[in-house]
Amino acid sequence: MKKEQDKILSEVTGTDYKYGFYTEIDTDTFPPGLNEDVVRAISAKKNEPEFMLEFRLKAYRHWLKMKMPDWAHLKIPEINFQDISYYSAPKSQKGPESLDDVDPELKKTFDKLGISLDEQKRLTGVAVDAVIDSVSVKTTFQETLAEHGIIFCSMSEAIMEHPDLIKKYMGSVVPYTDNYFASLNSAIFSDGSFCYLPKGVKAPMELSTYFRINAANTGQFERTLIIAEEGSYVSYLEGCTAPMRDENQLHAAVVEIIVEKDAYVKYSTVQNWYPGDMNGKGGIFNFVTKRGICRGERSKISWTQVETGSAITWKYPSCILKGNNSVGEFNSVAVTNNYQQADTGTKMIHIGKNTKSTIISKGISAGFSNNSYRGLVKVVKNAENARNFSQCDSLLLGDKCGAHTFPYIEVDNANSIVEHEATTSKIGEDQIFYCNQRGISTEDAIGLIVNGYAKEVLNKLPMEFAVEAQKLLQISLEGSVG
Amino acid sequence: MKSMLSIKDLRASIEDKEILKGITLEVNEGEVHAIMGPNGSGKSTLASLVAGKELADVTGGSITYLGKNLFDLNPEERSKAGIFLGFQYPIEIPGVTMVNFLKAALNEHRKHKGLEPLSAKDFLKLLREKKDLVEIDSKLTNRSVNAGFSGGEKKKNEIFQMAMLEPKLAILDETDSGLDIDALKIVANGVNKLKRKDNATIVITHYQRLLDYIIPDYVHVLFDGRIVKSGGKELALELEKKGYEWIKNQVNGN
Repeated sequence: MKKEQDKILSEVTGTDYKYGFYTEIDTDTFPPGLNEDVVRAISAKKNEPEFMLEFRLKAYRHWLKMKMPDWAHLKIPEINFQDISYYSAPKSQKGPESLDDVDPELKKTFDKLGISLDEQKRLTGVAVDAVIDSVSVKTTFQETLAEHGIIFCSMSEAIMEHPDLIKKYMGSVVPYTDNYFASLNSAIFSDGSFCYLPKGVKAPMELSTYFRINAANTGQFERTLIIAEEGSYVSYLEGCTAPMRDENQLHAAVVEIIVEKDAYVKYSTVQNWYPGDMNGKGGIFNFVTKRGICRGERSKISWTQVETGSAITWKYPSCILKGNNSVGEFNSVAVTNNYQQADTGTKMIHIGKNTKSTIISKGISAGFSNNSYRGLVKVVKNAENARNFSQCDSLLLGDKCGAHTFPYIEVDNANSIVEHEATTSKIGEDQIFYCNQRGISTEDAIGLIVNGYAKEVLNKLPMEFAVEAQKLLQISLEGSVG
Repeated sequence: MKSMLSIKDLRASIEDKEILKGITLEVNEGEVHAIMGPNGSGKSTLASLVAGKELADVTGGSITYLGKNLFDLNPEERSKAGIFLGFQYPIEIPGVTMVNFLKAALNEHRKHKGLEPLSAKDFLKLLREKKDLVEIDSKLTNRSVNAGFSGGEKKKNEIFQMAMLEPKLAILDETDSGLDIDALKIVANGVNKLKRKDNATIVITHYQRLLDYIIPDYVHVLFDGRIVKSGGKELALELEKKGYEWIKNQVNGN
């Protein structure tokens, strides 16, 4: 029995990660190392206006004074920031003009990932900004969106074409002093996606950014900025993959969302960075700062994430509920297997009156992994009638993994209601055998049980993503129970 | 008559303690067998070994099912080959609805037979038919597998699953335990309705009362890891009258 378990385990864990390939493309890559010259060189490469360089330099100088945070329930090996190359771009890329300008190898890469850059071929009507290593290679459906007044482009393009918006909003939700990785990102971010929805406009299709790390010894540092003016709406998707490598690679991103009165931004992530092999070798270190502000009345932000990848995940998509009657949601499924570590959760900051937040976190741990939920619910003095409901569930597979919950609640208003529920359960051998006895294989049984457990969150994902996420959950956990 | 299950001199131990001490049992198509015995006699161990749960280590003997060595098949293969175990303690699976669970199971069985998965419409139609057959509350199928079910609901749910999967060989492990008389009748009725010429049922029970409703062709008394007595349905009545002490005394030569 034990032997059989080990056999299944070794068979599946080696071959799980189907996005682990590497594409041979000519790149323009900076030598490893980080100093002010590198920051200047990135800015120069992108022909950025002066204000952007100043922002970067301020951030870099601030970062130098900071220390790597150690409060998370993570064992993080020392990262030598001088060993990383901070810029790597496919050489043939001149800018996101027409599809014909995109290197065929790159097109093939994205086809292989199931992301077609060819608008005609896309049946599902999702606009994509495809980011590979340090640059955006193609943004689809820009013209269609522009007809509605929506700006959807790479961050580099936005900095050139819409400097006023960038100047006004970049760093307004996540300041360059915010935290160690946000400061690093502010100094050396190389690209990302930008989205602006004018007043009253509802995006006619889903917008998405697909992040791909390809080159070795590089990090990916991108920024996403979404601005939703009064009464607008967008559903935004984000997906990520990387090749299988023995060395760890760093991904440190920042996402900022600004939502005005009656506007609604729904942000969904399926994070599938390479998680490392079954012995914990390799994998992406994923340190991400995601935060949105509900500025206007009745504005709403909804974060939904399915986290299956990365060797280490450090991520707390948060909502600042400033407008009266504004709403924040966080729905998360985080899976860790083998030696993966995740410390993830959210912060809900209630400032406006009658603000409402809901947190649903589903952790799934298997193998030797560690999975932590860390969340803050803060209600300030004037946030009359604020309401929060949090539900944090942990599911364990096997007895060598860990699940932890760190809820922080700070309430300074007596009329507010904060509720917290937590459960821990285990997939038992009895449950698996019961499924087996009805003809369902062990792998399928785990998939069935895990998807049932995570259903509440998966249901919040846009259709196409939900199907993908379901498969992903099952693949991530293959061989974890015998 | 075609042989369905052939158990020959089966021996099994749990941590060096011999639980089954040489069981021999022949079950043919169309037959209903009852295995009776006091607690700890090895009834559940026997049932789980046929279903493929390795509670005990097999130390000798063989089990042949439809001419095949059963030990070559893993539990899900045995299920797809037509072996169904009605659990003494049905397992709860929170979050997984009965509908999804049965759809997954049924489609695995169909795949095994080279059939296409059922369409949603046909599946729901079948679900309704079988629900009526075993008189199960229609709301149960929308709930999670056995989660929050009463004892009686869990047992009825086992028979319902049996109806859906139409096994060749059904082993019902103490399906009657914890049932009131009405539930007992419903369960027994379900089993009787599902009886065909080409399938077989093994009913494992502690008490005779289930056998008032499911009439066995053969009754076997299991005691201390051995089948010590076999006979027709009247053996069950005799056992009920005289109690297990009678068997114990016979075995011990008193």
